[in-house]
Amino acid sequence: MSSTIETEKPQAPGAKAHTDGNWDVPVQTRSERFASAVHADFPAVTGRELEWRLTPVEKIRDLIDGELDGGRFPATVTEAPGVTAEWIGRDDARIGAAGLAEERAAANAWSSFREALAVTLTAEEPVEVVIDRQGDDRTPRAAHTVITAKAHARGLVVIDNRGSARLSENLEIVVDDGAHLTVVSLQEWDDESVHLSSQFARVGRDATLKHVVVSLGGAVVRVNPSAHLAGEGATGELLGLYFSDAGQHLEQRVYVNHIAPHTVSRVTYKGALNGEGARSVWVGDVLIGREATGTDSYEQNRNLVLSDGTRADSIPNLEIETGDIAGAGHASATGRFDDEQLFYLRSRGIAEQEARRLVVLGFLLEVVQKIGQAELEARLVAAIEAELAAVEVV
Amino acid sequence: MSTLEIRDLHVSIETDQGVKQILRGVDLTIKQGEIHAIMGPNGSGKSTLAYTIAGHPRYTVDSGSITLDGEDVLAMSIDERAKAGLFLAMQYPVEIPGVTVSNFLRTAKTAIDGEAPALRGWIKELKGSMEALRMDASFAERNVNEGFSGGEKKRHEIVQLELLKPKIAVLDETDSGLDVDALKIVSEGVNRVKENTGLGVLLITHYTRILRYIQPDFVHVFVDGKVAEEGGAELADRLENEGYDRYLTGSTVG
Repeated sequence: MSSTIETEKPQAPGAKAHTDGNWDVPVQTRSERFASAVHADFPAVTGRELEWRLTPVEKIRDLIDGELDGGRFPATVTEAPGVTAEWIGRDDARIGAAGLAEERAAANAWSSFREALAVTLTAEEPVEVVIDRQGDDRTPRAAHTVITAKAHARGLVVIDNRGSARLSENLEIVVDDGAHLTVVSLQEWDDESVHLSSQFARVGRDATLKHVVVSLGGAVVRVNPSAHLAGEGATGELLGLYFSDAGQHLEQRVYVNHIAPHTVSRVTYKGALNGEGARSVWVGDVLIGREATGTDSYEQNRNLVLSDGTRADSIPNLEIETGDIAGAGHASATGRFDDEQLFYLRSRGIAEQEARRLVVLGFLLEVVQKIGQAELEARLVAAIEAELAAVEVV
Repeated sequence: MSTLEIRDLHVSIETDQGVKQILRGVDLTIKQGEIHAIMGPNGSGKSTLAYTIAGHPRYTVDSGSITLDGEDVLAMSIDERAKAGLFLAMQYPVEIPGVTVSNFLRTAKTAIDGEAPALRGWIKELKGSMEALRMDASFAERNVNEGFSGGEKKRHEIVQLELLKPKIAVLDETDSGLDVDALKIVSEGVNRVKENTGLGVLLITHYTRILRYIQPDFVHVFVDGKVAEEGGAELADRLENEGYDRYLTGSTVG
């Protein structure tokens, strides 16, 4: 009686890359995708490319091709022991340490920024840092940020995006050997804002990155995180949560690159869609490289559809180049309410509206619960409840 | 004292092969404080009766009535039935991701009582019930039924039974899949709730095993969608020895 439609089943270990009809399957091995810091190196965007065909490119032309203001994007960073925050020049060695732009809008930002914000964590005692970014106009802007967790450092960095913006940016995350870093990119922009963010992470030996994308506000928000598990025993947990309202486009293209042996990745993205024209895109690429023996990976995307007139694209891609892995799987499902869950709650006296609210909230909270920071979790619960309050859940 | 009355109940479901009749004229009267066992072979309609009482939308009542103290249960929504004092312990309790047991139980208790329970007393009651059912306190902060073993799910159902204090409870194959230790814990729980609240129980089971621990006042044998025979606890003993074969004709097997 479940309305959920399973579109993908976990793959058996050793399975090769597969093609599902017209799905968004990479034309070449994911790691061979062209990358450059220079805007002009990328061909003009038509909107028909795999990279762009699910994105409303006409709404973001200025960010793809226009001139971007590369001055400092307004940001304040909380002070904490063992944390430094500074603006660094384009020639700083930290720039490009974790990755390079893989598409034209990201390259436009890379070509345009004048200074990058560098936040560095050095303490082994866990610290919490908030990068508070309050946009205050709609000038097309470029930004570049580098977050580094030095060896054995531990911490949580929240990038708190609010206000109004038209922003294309690159975020680099370097997790050195033995470090444990959580990065939360929180998009609570106003209704008109546009935000394109390519986020590259490089995770070292026995290091752990927990990366969380929460997209709630903004007209077009496209956050593409990639995690390169470069050191033996590295772990990447990539979480995402989005709530797309009428006319809103929330997109995330996730890439996990298992480079080293015994690396582990978990990708869990969950979203709700409500209202005419509510749109979400999730593409999840996982590449298990030739050297990455003994790896364990699983990626999943779940979408809960709350009304008519919405569209959720959900496309998992798995490439495996070695037969010697511990596990690899993916799953994707988009559906309406689970009637059995509603029945169970209602049979305990909980009225229908309240039962639906609980199910939606619970569906999304599953991701929130994994963040592991009580204050932030409470704030996200409140934000999701506010989204739900505006919804006639039927 | 409350009474659940089922009269000449006919129920069908939609299947791919068309409408299928399952209950064909069920009559039952369950009073508070009584334990009724409903026994019968697979496919005899036992679970259909349970879900029809609870109001699952899959089942269509074609004729007959269900009343609780004269009130028309069939006219009530699912949650109204729970508020009226009916409870269904499910055979396969569903997982609800992201909703913790403590949040779920408090929400349900608030809905049934019409007001939030006083915090301190509630926490004590919840703790006591979980302890009695040998559920570790950590279960309160886990998501509903998520990652629970079969036995943990059933014990969680009985915790709900104890906290929500219904007048009449339907236990749908609560014994299935339980090892003997879990079976004893669950049975003790049911007996304790009955002792404390005067609960009436409709105990649906395929096996006589649970009846060693929960003593029925009445036993009803269900065959082919209706009650084929009724008696006291001694009828269960007879079924234990003889099985259901003597009720079955060729057309009803399976």
